[in-house]
Amino acid sequence: MDFLRPASWEEALAAKAEHPTAVPIAGGTDVMVEINFDHRRPEYLLDLNRIGDLSEWEVGEESVRLGASVPYTKIMENLRAELPGLALASHTVASPQIRNRGGVGGNLGTASPAGDAHPALLAAGAEVEVESVRGSRLIPIDAFYTGVKRNALAADELIRAVHVKKADGPQQFSKVGTRNAMVIAVCAFGLALHPGTRTVRTGIGSAAPTPVRAKAAEEFLNAALEEGGFWDNGKIVTPSVAKQFADLCSAACNPIDDVRGTASYRRHAVGVMARRTLTWTWESYRGTRRTTEGAA
Amino acid sequence: MRVNFTVNGRQQEADDVWEGESLLYVLRERMGLPGSKNACEQGECGSCTVRLDGVPVCACLVAAGQVEGREVVTVEGLADFAKQRSCGTGGCGTSLQDSQHWDAKGTDSQTGEGTELSPIQQAFIDAGAVQCGFCTPGLLVAADEMLERNPNPSDADIREALSGNLCRCTGYEKIMDAVRLAAARQSEAV
Repeated sequence: MDFLRPASWEEALAAKAEHPTAVPIAGGTDVMVEINFDHRRPEYLLDLNRIGDLSEWEVGEESVRLGASVPYTKIMENLRAELPGLALASHTVASPQIRNRGGVGGNLGTASPAGDAHPALLAAGAEVEVESVRGSRLIPIDAFYTGVKRNALAADELIRAVHVKKADGPQQFSKVGTRNAMVIAVCAFGLALHPGTRTVRTGIGSAAPTPVRAKAAEEFLNAALEEGGFWDNGKIVTPSVAKQFADLCSAACNPIDDVRGTASYRRHAVGVMARRTLTWTWESYRGTRRTTEGAA
Repeated sequence: MRVNFTVNGRQQEADDVWEGESLLYVLRERMGLPGSKNACEQGECGSCTVRLDGVPVCACLVAAGQVEGREVVTVEGLADFAKQRSCGTGGCGTSLQDSQHWDAKGTDSQTGEGTELSPIQQAFIDAGAVQCGFCTPGLLVAADEMLERNPNPSDADIREALSGNLCRCTGYEKIMDAVRLAAARQSEAV
């Protein structure tokens, strides 16, 4: 095994081009487990810790450019207002020790369906900035996950950052597990209201071969909210609408039975989380509307 | 490969390090510092918690090569680390030899008398928060860091800060007592 220590992003790209089998390591919270347990013996480890830019973030007009190695702890502490869904999801990642090291780039690189960041990224709307010596490109989050632990990266590409749309409305994240800390999701759900475009976006984790959006559920809810004038009148979402939305979210799952839970449990739980997160975000949206109106 | 880094305030060098080796292995097997415990090797238990550039991490999940040029504090250096923090001087750290010979026994292992201990270590002894002791080093490092950041923690803060450290003996109540005790003593001292 060789340990490559590029001091700059350009050096890292050159190293990855020269050794496409090199395994990038940042927080190490996935890679080191595989090495410790002898599940993986990469020919090259490509250490990204020395590249400072990867641990930085910029808050822009419309989106946040989040460096691939920004640890979850920093997201929780600094980006709660801009990226509430991702901040909530970050808080459910493992333990403080893991959150101090792990980041979204690793979650995307591993592309496990159980990765905590995925539902939040899908719901908020995001693009993954990847680069190789051949050039840079932005991959829409919907096109990023290609299979179980597979993603759209080419062998010579590295994840540099993720561009996440700043929240224009309430966002929520919910996760099922046996305890609060140190839990791999049995299943998870992210929901974001986008009052600007009058749309709702979702993200489902750990209930299909890849993280997925419940697109039929989104379309149904978008239409129902529009039709009922809900965005303007700020009424409570009708229970029948919430139920139909929850059922469609369950239907978007394609889960398996495994040690953490059964397929039917996952389908059921995703429906419950969909209804709850819709209620939480919608109540918060109505609250904000009332406050704004009251102040006006 | 060779790795140069700071351990408990002193510059150290490890040779013939395998590229896939963890920081934990280097500390325990190459530097003779077995205070950081090796249990799950997957970041679940927190018994290998050390500070890397001030931040608590699982040493089993840090590749040895990643610590090049960085600073690590282990439980063996905790007493000295806490002392420097309280008096505000730069100090000179703990030598590898002193770290290797450091133990909590002193003249009386029951009370910790005769040994230089950090406040959190003394609190663990006084509260009886140690049974088999395997999880203790990780808990000490994690708890000490929380008290540095948050001098008046609520019970929820303590539980959150220690949520990555498993203890299979105590049921955590005595550990909670110990951290509350250390926090109370810390605020009295100010």
